[in-house]
Amino acid sequence: MNLVSFLGAIEIGLVYALVALGIYFSFRILNFPDLTVDGSFPLGAAVAAAFIVSGVDPYLATLLAVVAGALAGLVTAVLNLRFGILHLLASILTMIALYSINLRIMGRPNIALITEPTVLTPFEGLGLSGLYLKPLIGLVVVLVVAGFAAWFLTTNYGLGMRATGANPRMARAQGIATAKVTAVGMALSNAMVALGGALFAQMNGFADVTIGTGTIVVGLAAVIAGEAIFRARGVVIAVVACVIGSILYRMAIALALNADALGLKAADLNLVTAILVALALILPGARNPFKSLFRRGGGT
Amino acid sequence: MRVGQLFSSFAVATLIAGAAQAADVTVATTAIVEHPALDAARDGVRDELAAGGYVEGQNLRFLYESAQGNPATAAQIARKFVGESPDVIVPISTPSAQAVASATQDIPIVFSAVTDPVGAKLVGDPMKPGGNVTGMSDLSPIGKHLDLIKQITPEAKTLGVMFNPGEANSLSLLELVKQEAPGRGLTVVEGPATKTSEVLGAAQSLVGKADVIYVPTDNTIISAFEAVVKVGIDNRLPVYAGDTDSVARGAIAALGFNYYDVGRQTGKMVLRILKGEAPGDIAVEGVDITELYVNPGMAEKMGVTIPDALIQQAKEVVR
Repeated sequence: MNLVSFLGAIEIGLVYALVALGIYFSFRILNFPDLTVDGSFPLGAAVAAAFIVSGVDPYLATLLAVVAGALAGLVTAVLNLRFGILHLLASILTMIALYSINLRIMGRPNIALITEPTVLTPFEGLGLSGLYLKPLIGLVVVLVVAGFAAWFLTTNYGLGMRATGANPRMARAQGIATAKVTAVGMALSNAMVALGGALFAQMNGFADVTIGTGTIVVGLAAVIAGEAIFRARGVVIAVVACVIGSILYRMAIALALNADALGLKAADLNLVTAILVALALILPGARNPFKSLFRRGGGT
Repeated sequence: MRVGQLFSSFAVATLIAGAAQAADVTVATTAIVEHPALDAARDGVRDELAAGGYVEGQNLRFLYESAQGNPATAAQIARKFVGESPDVIVPISTPSAQAVASATQDIPIVFSAVTDPVGAKLVGDPMKPGGNVTGMSDLSPIGKHLDLIKQITPEAKTLGVMFNPGEANSLSLLELVKQEAPGRGLTVVEGPATKTSEVLGAAQSLVGKADVIYVPTDNTIISAFEAVVKVGIDNRLPVYAGDTDSVARGAIAALGFNYYDVGRQTGKMVLRILKGEAPGDIAVEGVDITELYVNPGMAEKMGVTIPDALIQQAKEVVR
């Protein structure tokens, strides 16, 4: 792994850490298996890109992308809570609808941003090359979002959200408006994912309608990898674990891309990545054979 | 511990492989996904480089990575290649080209199989690209395709075009068809399908609305092309394709190019850069060689007779 691909893995890992945080909110905190993210990630990219090419300030465009993501999460929540559609199916419906909506927003399947101003533009004059600048900006954004997430989950409202996911009946008995809390959590979750999409598009120079493919798998892998490594129960550590897990996943891909020397072919990439992530999960367990492998990191 | 050993042997293997390949020139290719056309383009590049004196394993290190359909992986592959600073990077397909172009402003890039390089912001002026990026567009010669359709089925008035609205290349092609069709007395009817499982339904929706079906170089429709052919045979609706490979699969005729030739032509541009030309001075090229493929047996099943004169001209007649 060379320096550029190492920094690239960190940068993309940080962007997907936002996805992992969103998925941690839905799957772990709210216990809501939400597949909307496969649509809200490209939604964030599409909204940001469409506004940027029409001349809107990139920061405002990114903010609008976050709002769009929150709305997508709300749609899933309303389908589930208001109309009683099974959560998994509700999120799948939103996800497939978003494919068409993303095409509508962009007006075409691919918007190039290579020559457009992005959130990175104001920092480009500081003499730092894009190689270091992109991961640095990613780090700042992730620190802010992860900090917010950790703070939020320790507030009274956040505590109510955790209770809602852990035991909705008990939470309702304690006077928590569980439906409202779930809707807010889903909006936050997909807002974070859309922010990830908006950043991905701006850092890599394009928004493409296909960039959502497999977002849920990547995000879940990051969440679970982080949990397996940290195995702590507190929410703050669980939030950090999401970030670390996401970067580790990208490192695994970067390593897999360098596996040609072992006689592996380009076609083996996904398999090698899966094996490396599995090893990352097994490795700490092997050292501590008495600890359970798949203990959940946070939430309860 | 076993895992630790695995990693150290992995590191040693990387070192050995690195030492063994003391190559003069490194060319790195990447594609968004494994696909017969994209793979053929890559092989064309490799063979053209060999013809130009750069033989893989002797004085050429030829790298290839596929993103396996995932644009985030494409971005990571781009970083990996940039970090290895090869002499030329050849990204095949639009997302791969955009990922590589945003990762480097220094290393020469020769993209291939990108339909609309200006729309994808890879180059500003195709005649004089400027920066470190040039390459070739695989835009179909749509006008010639429509001429062929009018030659074989002159009575056709409506043209059913099948495409995936999610593919950037297909939308550019559809726009071109819409521009070129009226001049030839054709009205366009759209048959969109967003995934392969929808292709059969999309083809059936054209029955009664279209006189002929035209399938441009769309990855989704081509993947399920047999479904279109079945509808064509059942309803005696002639099916034309934008790529010649599909003629053996049941299109009655296609005027196209093959991606191996596209790769060879891309390879020629790579050779010019290896010989010292700057990518910014090399104009973006379109496909040079077109070839006619016909399938008279299938034409008969779809209720059409291909004129003998055309069969004489064909590069290949599928029996």
